[in-house]
Amino acid sequence: MIEMEGITKAYHLGRGEVLALQGVSLRVERGEMAAIMGPSGSGKSTLMNIIGCLDRPTSGNYRLEGEEVSRLSDDALASVRNRKLGFVFQTYNLLPRTSALSNIELPLIYAGKGGRRGLAWEALKKVGLAQRAHHRPSELSGGEQQRVAIARALVNRPSLLLADEPTGNLDSRTGEDILKLFEDLHRKEGLTIVLVTHERDIALRAQRRFFIRDGILREEKGEG
Amino acid sequence: MRASDVLLIALRGLAAHRLRSSLTMLGIVIGVASVISLLALGSGAQQMVAGQIQGLGSNLLWVYPGPPTQMGMRGLVGTGSNLTLEDARALMDPDRAPSVVAVSPQVNTTAPVVAGGLNTTTSIRGVTPEYVQVRNYSLAEGDFFTPQQEESRARVAVLGNQVAQTLFPDGDAVEQWLRVGPLRLRVIGVLESKGGAMGMEDDLVLVPITTFQAGLARQTTAGGEFSLQVITVQVADGKLVEQAKEEVRAILQDRHGSSEEEDFSIISQEDVLQTVGQVMGIFTLFLGAIAGISLLVGGIGIMNIMLVSVTERTREIGIRKAVGARRRHIMLQFLLEATFLSLAGGIIGILLGMGLSGLVSGIRMGEVALQPAVTLPVVLLAFFLSAAIGIFFGFYPASRAARLDPIQALRYE
Repeated sequence: MIEMEGITKAYHLGRGEVLALQGVSLRVERGEMAAIMGPSGSGKSTLMNIIGCLDRPTSGNYRLEGEEVSRLSDDALASVRNRKLGFVFQTYNLLPRTSALSNIELPLIYAGKGGRRGLAWEALKKVGLAQRAHHRPSELSGGEQQRVAIARALVNRPSLLLADEPTGNLDSRTGEDILKLFEDLHRKEGLTIVLVTHERDIALRAQRRFFIRDGILREEKGEG
Repeated sequence: MRASDVLLIALRGLAAHRLRSSLTMLGIVIGVASVISLLALGSGAQQMVAGQIQGLGSNLLWVYPGPPTQMGMRGLVGTGSNLTLEDARALMDPDRAPSVVAVSPQVNTTAPVVAGGLNTTTSIRGVTPEYVQVRNYSLAEGDFFTPQQEESRARVAVLGNQVAQTLFPDGDAVEQWLRVGPLRLRVIGVLESKGGAMGMEDDLVLVPITTFQAGLARQTTAGGEFSLQVITVQVADGKLVEQAKEEVRAILQDRHGSSEEEDFSIISQEDVLQTVGQVMGIFTLFLGAIAGISLLVGGIGIMNIMLVSVTERTREIGIRKAVGARRRHIMLQFLLEATFLSLAGGIIGILLGMGLSGLVSGIRMGEVALQPAVTLPVVLLAFFLSAAIGIFFGFYPASRAARLDPIQALRYE
């Protein structure tokens, strides 16, 4: 699913150059649930952005489902995000003043798909929030907002679900519900999930765990 | 992505900020409404003035003393003093001037007129009986003076409607006496009101030209002859105006001797209409340009608000991009918002402008009513102009939105 080879990312800061990623290689297979851990400033976000096709690496190759995406144009990347990726953010990132259902429809609009209402309903039921379909984000609790965000991530049937600190803004009980939802989706639907977190006990729920520090990624083997 | 979706997204974006959207629209509404109503007013006024000039009489030529000046307009009418009654009579020559049907010589002065305890200062005109025909007057009461009265320097006067009302508020002006300068004159007639703000067509006293000559202003030619201020010539037919001009010119050249420069000028109604048309056209354009400036300001208002909106909705843009919106999707969304604002403002402005023009329509100036004309080309111009303004002023904010980096946009607080 994810095949990364020697990915680097350099940022220009003033005169100097900062290497946020120093040759990262990463393979995640279809149907796997992987966690990426790392302190802030480790290059975690940069890696996340590249996996999520929001950014391009400075060098290296990244094949997503066999498609080379490391050197695509902005619009081509947008299309890849639309077709293959689903995002779940720490801060939910729902459109304000827009109903849950309409939020979920958003990726379908840009996909140019018909029958959006039905697909959005389906996704909403999957996250167990059908009774809140017409509520706006401001009328929903944090957990509910995150469920809407997950439904939005799922609605266009992505190959990869990318979650960036999905429980970071939630209390532990709600966070646990969200994690269970991820595990459910992983088990029942065979969804490939990459989870970025700095909490070890969350990372432990994933089959594979990666740790990034100073732009270098390595896999943790074994339990805990 | 479907066109209907882009439109829907744009409309929702605007609906989310109703107050802001309507205030932004207001700039365009005012701009377009003023363009529409001022242009309508301008062309209405133009038509009104044209109507008044035509109301002076039909197929007229005016012969003034003194050389012609620029654009056929005279700076100071009657400053020259070389047209005589003989000149006027010579124009009534069926052989040399077959196109001429009537000639009306005229001298003017302004003087106080006293009747009973009342007085008014008005234009005193020494004219011949042809005046009534040539200038399209009719009599409300009494009669005009006859050629006999004119020849005999009869002490009679015909009053303009307004003068009659001022001096004889009880009606019955005919057979009353009044005094103009040294002359005591008997009122024999009152003219029907003609209206018209241009020449103050009702504020005058007409006396036989010979009476005027004897008792009032005495402007003379170099040769000591009594001089005229204008000769009004009526032409048989509108098509013959140019021909009549030439006939009149030939006769006067013969009489005045053909020097390098003509010492008289001939102006037709056409000439005046043309000049007035030009002046009014420039005036209308000027009004339109001022209104156009307010439209420009409205456009800048749209740009301003769209820039604020793009900044404020950075995160929304980030979200849309994250889920797969391409540059052109974002571009289109914001461009459409701006265009919708200005177009809706334009349509409301067109309606408002029509309403405003309707309010002033029917305001009368004499016989002629002001008819502001909102024409289709003006409406179309306003429509497309407002659309263009939306696209033009929306372009920069929209392209800024489209160029946003999704990562930074998502991080934006």
